[in-house]
Amino acid sequence: MTRPMTGLVELAAVTKTYPGDVHALRGVDLTVARGELLAIVGPSGSGKSTMLHMIGTLDRPTTGAVRVAGHDIAALSDRELSALRSRYMGFVFQQFHLAPGVSALDNVADGLLYTGTNRRVRRRRAAAALDRVGLGHRLRHKPSQLSGGEQQRVAVARAVVGDPPLLLADEPTGNLDSMAGADVLAVLAGLHESGTTIAVITHDAEIAGWCHRQVRLRDGLIVDGHDHDDRGPVELLKGGRS
Amino acid sequence: MRERLAPGRLSPGDVLRVGAAGLRARPARVILSALGIAIGIATMIAVIGISSSSREQLLRQLDKLGTNLLTVTPGRTMFGDDAKLPTTALAMVQRIRPVRTAAATGSVETSVRRTNHIPETNTGGISVQAASSGLLATLEGAVVKGTWLNDATARQPAVVLGAAAAERLGLARTGVQVWMGGRWFTVIGILGPMPLAPEIERSALIGFPAAEELLGFDGYPTTIYERSSDESVESVREVLPRTVNPSNPEEVSVSRPSDALAAKAAAAGAFTNLLLGLGAVALLVGGVGVANTMVISVLERRKEIGLRRSLGATRGQVRLQFLSESLLLSGLGGVVGAVLGALATAGYAVSRDWPPVVPPWAIGGAVAATLVIGTVAGIYPAMRAARLSPTVALATT
Repeated sequence: MTRPMTGLVELAAVTKTYPGDVHALRGVDLTVARGELLAIVGPSGSGKSTMLHMIGTLDRPTTGAVRVAGHDIAALSDRELSALRSRYMGFVFQQFHLAPGVSALDNVADGLLYTGTNRRVRRRRAAAALDRVGLGHRLRHKPSQLSGGEQQRVAVARAVVGDPPLLLADEPTGNLDSMAGADVLAVLAGLHESGTTIAVITHDAEIAGWCHRQVRLRDGLIVDGHDHDDRGPVELLKGGRS
Repeated sequence: MRERLAPGRLSPGDVLRVGAAGLRARPARVILSALGIAIGIATMIAVIGISSSSREQLLRQLDKLGTNLLTVTPGRTMFGDDAKLPTTALAMVQRIRPVRTAAATGSVETSVRRTNHIPETNTGGISVQAASSGLLATLEGAVVKGTWLNDATARQPAVVLGAAAAERLGLARTGVQVWMGGRWFTVIGILGPMPLAPEIERSALIGFPAAEELLGFDGYPTTIYERSSDESVESVREVLPRTVNPSNPEEVSVSRPSDALAAKAAAAGAFTNLLLGLGAVALLVGGVGVANTMVISVLERRKEIGLRRSLGATRGQVRLQFLSESLLLSGLGGVVGAVLGALATAGYAVSRDWPPVVPPWAIGGAVAATLVIGTVAGIYPAMRAARLSPTVALATT
């Protein structure tokens, strides 16, 4: 598989300071290339979540530049940033954030709500996305009728229903047991195989080791950001987890 | 060559669906806060509806009774004394060309009692009047029991009682005798209600000849009733004083009994302002309830807001979502309130035998009021929701 190494997301000398003199990021340079499977690891308080907000354009840096697909986000209005997110980003969070009492199909279809797609097309593509995460037989189920792993796969389907180039996953297996976690990782691996760029934020070394590249954060700085493993994610999964 | 980044538009159907989804998730809270609006709207619709029904009832009555009846009564002389109508007055009125029917009554100075044992001062508010034979036809009245006076009974000690008079005397049948002016009179008839001539309802009526011969009546009429065609009412009104009393037309006063009824119909809406104000206060309280519910809803749904922002919702779309939710909430209350108000109007009107009327402008006003309330109540919570930063919203646990 050929992967053009143009930067999908580029962070240059990014700092983020929160009120009360909290320096969450102290000058970070990072390029996320198209087609990458990247882990951002570090202990809690290292700035992982802030990194996610920067890459995901959920927040703006205090200093430094963030570019997504060639757009300098400092130059974009809130409306344009929202459009950028709906087109380029899919998010998966530790909590699933599914609407209770709403079917899996409609939860996933909401992933396209802000893209200007009409409802029939949204639902059709939602069914396809659920099929992709192995839940094609659970379209009508409500979140309360699904297991934790299934709920997270619904959330993954919602994140990728619009085929965004970049999938950002924040501790995607944090609320799951290891079996369900392996299912979710298998889904992510499948998405990566089909060309989606994936960045996983985690403090779990095992999941980090499963990714092609690891970026280690400590106290708001990148301490180690090299390519590390030549094993693919699929082989690693086959190797089993303890 | 930068691509244009324009957010996708939500269709009106999507806006409604997203707003409704927020309500569906909390049905109990929705019902309670919509109830406040419903009570306010129901009060206002019922107040307007009931007074409209009452007015409609009066107007229909007026329509049925006609507005072509005029009454002529003596006014005052130049010196302030009571004037008298000439004894020829009735004959003169009947000679006016557009006049169709006319009749006269004259007050007799006596009282009517069940027996001579009842003190003379207990008149029960019933007056004794001499009546010409055309009175019943002119007033378009009806006899519910017995008969009206004819040429023969007009000379006899025979009396016909108005509806109120019969009730006050406790009489429901004819053939009994009553005590009038020192002798017994036989009740030969009882009249039905006469909305245009309530004074006749309270009278005991005898013939002019009998009044003069048996009770010492002076023969001067005190009221003349006259009906003409509708279009000539005004011209007849003009000529009546000169016709009735050519030498002193200024001592004659003419009135139109239906005017009183028309004034009553016009006034039927006037007492409702206070009640309308009460409804408005209820509505205001309901609006505060909706605003409160929305503020709480925004606080509880920070995560949902963060998720929607991460999916690409703009601030405007988040604002729109909460505004539409607030509008739906208060609109729901408005619809329920309008239905309740209309039902209350119908129930009350039917129980009073009125035609139920809920004016369309009242319904339109209620809809407009709920839209305004929904918007005003939703603005602040919607602004708060839109201002929420996506990271803060998602970080909430």
